Amino acid sequence: MSASPCSVENAATVASYRCKVAEHYWVNQRYKYIRLEADAPIASITKAGQFYQLKCPTTLEHEPFLLRPMSVYGAGPESNRIEFLYNVTGVGTKAMASLAEGASMDIVGPLGNTFTFSANYRRILVVARGVGLATMAPLIKQAHAAGVDITAVMSARSPADLMEKEFLRGASADVRSVFDADGSSSVEAMDVLLRELIETQRPDAIYTCGSHRLLMLLQRVLADYPRITAEVAMEQRMACGMGVCLSCVRLFDCDGDRRFLRVCREGPVFPIREVVGEVEFG
Amino acid sequence: MANLNVRVGELNLRNPIMPASGCFAIEYQEALDLNRLGALVVKSVSPKSRAGNPTPRVADSYSGMLNSIGIPSKGLKYYREHVLPPYLKFDTPVVVSISADTTDEFADACEEMSLPEVAAIEANISCPNLEADGMAFAMSPDTTYKAVAAIRRRTSHPFWVKLTPNASNIATVARAAEDAGADAIVMGNTVLGMAIDVRTRKPKLGNVMGGLSGPAIKPIAVRLVHQCYRSVRIPIIGCGGIQNAEDAVEFMLAGASAVQVGTASFRDPGVMQKIIDGLGAYCTEMGVESIRDLTGKVKLDRQLSDRWLRFAQQSG
Repeated sequence: MSASPCSVENAATVASYRCKVAEHYWVNQRYKYIRLEADAPIASITKAGQFYQLKCPTTLEHEPFLLRPMSVYGAGPESNRIEFLYNVTGVGTKAMASLAEGASMDIVGPLGNTFTFSANYRRILVVARGVGLATMAPLIKQAHAAGVDITAVMSARSPADLMEKEFLRGASADVRSVFDADGSSSVEAMDVLLRELIETQRPDAIYTCGSHRLLMLLQRVLADYPRITAEVAMEQRMACGMGVCLSCVRLFDCDGDRRFLRVCREGPVFPIREVVGEVEFG
Repeated sequence: MANLNVRVGELNLRNPIMPASGCFAIEYQEALDLNRLGALVVKSVSPKSRAGNPTPRVADSYSGMLNSIGIPSKGLKYYREHVLPPYLKFDTPVVVSISADTTDEFADACEEMSLPEVAAIEANISCPNLEADGMAFAMSPDTTYKAVAAIRRRTSHPFWVKLTPNASNIATVARAAEDAGADAIVMGNTVLGMAIDVRTRKPKLGNVMGGLSGPAIKPIAVRLVHQCYRSVRIPIIGCGGIQNAEDAVEFMLAGASAVQVGTASFRDPGVMQKIIDGLGAYCTEMGVESIRDLTGKVKLDRQLSDRWLRFAQQSG
């Protein structure tokens, strides 16, 4: 059964942890990998889809003020190991990219909910693009460990941006890569591909992250497959990350009742079918 | 151990630290023992239902943040039945913050929320006044006086008014609030600001303009608290960029009887407890027996300017 964000009340204890940067390197031209060693055994309480608020450092060029929400790329096997894979793009991530191995960084979490998943599933279909790969990686690991078959549709600008190895991390999957460069990532081409995969492989659940276009496409396609569990991990500008400030809202349709829900609190994972496709604001 | 007790009018608080409305909600019980705070100030409620402003609602800034949340609200009935009850289970006074569009709406809402379980009402008169072309009530002394007097006629609860740093002459606004019967002043709200993304050329906030908060505005807020302190006798609750115990002490020296912590909680949800602990440590270190003795105790040398002038005359 699918988690309904319309009624979820997450009750956890949230704390701040001091972490040591154990490893930190460029994966490609835009993405960096960071491995942290926390001062507490937080790997086991960190679930797929959850995020932490990171206290990025201040540098001469960059002075981030608010904490930066970032979904977890990996947790464990060591009890204090937390990993992130991030696009170096703004003030916060540029400052974070300057952290040397051995330096420390505070993180607050884990925050948010997790994906609906069952070890009894036969197959899952994961549709990921860009930074969405990092968010979905723990789900791939979970499915692999449970012996659930995985089909991964990976969308990227070009083969150099794909990060297939970083995404699967040793899990075996039926990988379908699509690219902007050759037009295979277009909505029309993806519509055909996704319908074909659903018809032939009959996945129990579909998950997506990283592209609003893909999310809306999946919502349309899934109208023909009402029994498949379908979830999306969403993003929004945040301040507190705990449901207090009401910054990170998006509109959802909860059984006909349209409600603003907090991405940090009722999410970041939501049923694809409940997302209300939005116009761009601001 | 120093006595951290303070008084705000007839209200006794176990310590001077309370959250700022809008930066506090029940979720912080996961990061903080709410029984240790001086008071709990709940996010503002408005009588009319509001969806809130367009996203993005927050933007990062140097030593601060901009926000234009828009005070989402489901009205007073929903608030009484669903929002307020979880805050009442703690052994800490609960302050209800109210925002409204007109003077009458303010008076009605404050009367309705003057419940026995509510320790004080905070009227957020820094919000736009629909009867004055959207200009906040607290921008001028006469709209402040009218709103505060209208509320005072309808409630005998302790009643605080939250002023705005955007007012041009804060002393006259504060005096108007006092004359109209407010029990305390909360000084103050966010400073109106704006930011633009130079790559997309779009405003960083969906609402274009928003309120600047955080340490970036702290010197402004300390100055405003001091100006209020010089012009009124009612207690002042300081607010604006407080991140640690020393910041809180600074506001008290400027004239505050208690302080509110807002944006700092977004960076560290447990920060209010650290500030309370830090106040105890400050008092021990500085030999302060009772923290309330700090209020208004900035050391001003009133002859300094005259002495300086005489001294400077010696130069060519």
